[in-house]
Amino acid sequence: MALIEFTKRGIYCKQGDFYVDPWWPVDYAVTTHGHSDHVRFGNKHYLCHTLTKPIIKRRISEDLDVETLNYGESIVRNGVNISFYPAGHIIGSAQVRLEYKGEVCVISGDYKTEDDGISDVFEPVKCHSFVSESTFGLPVYKWQKQDIVFDKIKSWVNDNIPQQKTSVLIAYSLGKAQRLIKNLAGDVPIYVHNSIANLNEVIINAGVKLPEAIRITPETTKDELQKGIVIVPPAMRDSRWIKNLSHPVTGICSGWMQVRAHRRWQSADAGFALSDHADWTGLMDAITATGAQKVYVTHGFTAAFSRFLNDEGIESEEVMTKFGQEDDEENKVDLADTETNNSETKNQKSE
Amino acid sequence: MKRFAKLIQQLELSNKTNDKIAALVDYFNFADDRDKIWVVALFTGKKPRRPIKSALIKYWAIEITQTPEWLFSESYSNVGDLSETIALLLPPAENTSDLQLHQWIEDLHHLEGKDDETKKSFILNAWNTLETQERFIFNKLISGNFRIGVSNKMLVNALAKQSSLDSAQIMHSIMGKWNPYEITFNELINGIHVNTDNSWPYPFCLAYALENEPETLGDIADWQAEWKWDGIRGQIVKRNGELFIWSRGEELVTDQFPELHFLSEVLPDGIVLDGEILAVQDKQVLSFSTLQQRLNRKSISKKQLEDAPIGFFVYDILEFETEDIREKPLSERRKILEPTIGGLEESPVILSPIINCNTWAELAELRQTSRSINSEGIMLKKMSSHYHSGRKRGDWWKWKINPYTVDAVMIYAQKGSGRRANFFTDYTFAVRDGENLVTIAKAYSGLTDKEIKEVNSFVTKNAIEKFGPVRTVKPELVFEIAFEGIAESKRHKAGLALRFPRILRWRKDKKAAEINTLEDLRQLLASTL
Repeated sequence: MALIEFTKRGIYCKQGDFYVDPWWPVDYAVTTHGHSDHVRFGNKHYLCHTLTKPIIKRRISEDLDVETLNYGESIVRNGVNISFYPAGHIIGSAQVRLEYKGEVCVISGDYKTEDDGISDVFEPVKCHSFVSESTFGLPVYKWQKQDIVFDKIKSWVNDNIPQQKTSVLIAYSLGKAQRLIKNLAGDVPIYVHNSIANLNEVIINAGVKLPEAIRITPETTKDELQKGIVIVPPAMRDSRWIKNLSHPVTGICSGWMQVRAHRRWQSADAGFALSDHADWTGLMDAITATGAQKVYVTHGFTAAFSRFLNDEGIESEEVMTKFGQEDDEENKVDLADTETNNSETKNQKSE
Repeated sequence: MKRFAKLIQQLELSNKTNDKIAALVDYFNFADDRDKIWVVALFTGKKPRRPIKSALIKYWAIEITQTPEWLFSESYSNVGDLSETIALLLPPAENTSDLQLHQWIEDLHHLEGKDDETKKSFILNAWNTLETQERFIFNKLISGNFRIGVSNKMLVNALAKQSSLDSAQIMHSIMGKWNPYEITFNELINGIHVNTDNSWPYPFCLAYALENEPETLGDIADWQAEWKWDGIRGQIVKRNGELFIWSRGEELVTDQFPELHFLSEVLPDGIVLDGEILAVQDKQVLSFSTLQQRLNRKSISKKQLEDAPIGFFVYDILEFETEDIREKPLSERRKILEPTIGGLEESPVILSPIINCNTWAELAELRQTSRSINSEGIMLKKMSSHYHSGRKRGDWWKWKINPYTVDAVMIYAQKGSGRRANFFTDYTFAVRDGENLVTIAKAYSGLTDKEIKEVNSFVTKNAIEKFGPVRTVKPELVFEIAFEGIAESKRHKAGLALRFPRILRWRKDKKAAEINTLEDLRQLLASTL
């Protein structure tokens, strides 16, 4: 009997009577990571990685009932052994390994195979069945090494500063923002939007080392921002606040920026193909390394990716989920972001 | 090639004309003259001849990357551009190359007439020495158009800025006959191959849409009313025996309209006429779709000349006996214009008639008949008006008729191309025919980016088939479609075809049960016959 089934509420393990990343409220939710399409309000109990706990408490509610595991640790629930392995997607992201009577299933959530310098590096786990995303499951999506991309971002910033332009990077506040801070720190000061600063605080308090990023307050001057790097979440993209900066130029950091049509659609001033999702090669390498006989393909280019796996002799099935809504990581706007954004606008008005 | 690749990237990154011009100026300041001539050639549509078929290039890319053909197609429909799809699919290059743009073009030129094996090894080798962005450009050089949002006008402005030459003069130079293999960059922009003294046009005088009732304009006797024609606005310039036809986009289109070349014999020198290029037969204006067969063609066949004959409806005269008369009032200019082209009765050059009416009400009634003569409404020009440069509120108004509309439901969606390649932006609409839905139009414009995203997410969730570019969707979203005309059509299942259909608005308030029926459209058709 299969270890998981795909139900209306989400991925369900019948033997253990729990769900993984459910989208409707359940009794027991195993959580791969802190992005809002994977962890929702209203479950009775949560199980997640130690670093994810403060994140979801901050983002959802302090009252959540949360158990934690570190990578490699396990607990048993109704006879099913549950353990966590690094997914490399963002800080605290975990692949969930389930084992019952010798049968192993791994639910990977979102993942990437490249070392981003801040999340624990993805670790392939041998299993019989594997649940994989396919956000970038087409062979045109093959990332350059992140060092090359960060060099491009740095040289963009270095061109902007003497031209009196303010470099504004758009990055979602959990994950991409910290990755940028970690890899861009050193040359010029980095200024971050409230929602990012709040998350940074949570992450630093949890014991993660993060270079300095300055919280933008009403006292921060345009001149300071012009000489640094400004990082804001997608919700701020077309805001008046950005327009009021000194000659703002926006750069979007997303895997979609690989393709010209997306770059132009987003009408940003620059696009950098930097993703927290595995590229085509990463997906194929990860799946091959699991040795799985059966692969369930969730969000992304599910139809094409699943067909390719089947053609390659790996049995695969596409499943409908509510992960990766809008098919676009840039669109993941968290309520938390919008709220802080609004309160900030209010602050500015009152001054 | 690296310099050119950077230029393309800069041009694509900005939506602002000024940024694009700055990037072009920067390029023209520093690039090799031998490259610059090709950049002008490529951007003005003078493509080097294709040495290799696109199908072959695609086949080789599929072969060396071992991509299944269906997966290549899926990738292509996501990327929206064949050259770019190939550039992205190929493995990283193992070598680098410092060859310049003109050298690549020459090398490609030398491939002509060679066998496929030679061509293939050249291409594979090139791919292996170029970075992704350079590869994309290289593939474009072989196979496609450089459609990257640089208009001739923008290019000319950049060249003018960089060279301090007059922009109309440069426009004439680059629109003239020249061969990038034979002329140098400096010769080209200085116009050694053309006489630029003769060609320069005037800026067009443009009208605003009339938003209020015409009564607000005062006494009708102060106004000249003409039909508003739906064609290509043009200026005919004749100086020193040479004839030039400029389009509203400030492009020279002389070669496209041989029917008008006789004017170089009959018009006096030092004359500039403003008017509309239209499809015309027996002095009657034909539909815009007929005219379309004649537009943007490099060469025109005899059949096209017969099927879609064109004419020029003259509105105004801007220069007469070498004198600029734009400051004279319209009524006086008309007095000069009428006798000047009076002798051309038997030619396709026709004086655009004045509509004589004594009251606004009478004119409003006549306006309702506009469609029967393929006009799109009425132009109102103040008798005392000068010929302004560009748009000026108050003197010229366009009083267009309202389009027809129909409420229809979306049944298919297709991904767009270019900027919209990853969004479902091309929709097919249907109306009810008894129990069935029957397709009546395809339309792809009229929604905001936000609405497109919303429709896109609906299509993704409600698609019935998953492969290929077209999705059949649940008939649920209702749109109001505007169109300019309706005609019988044997080619369409509905038995009729709409002219210039476009989305007027998304009717979120309507359900699919409330849309129009085929019978409604049949009645409309009957009423227009």
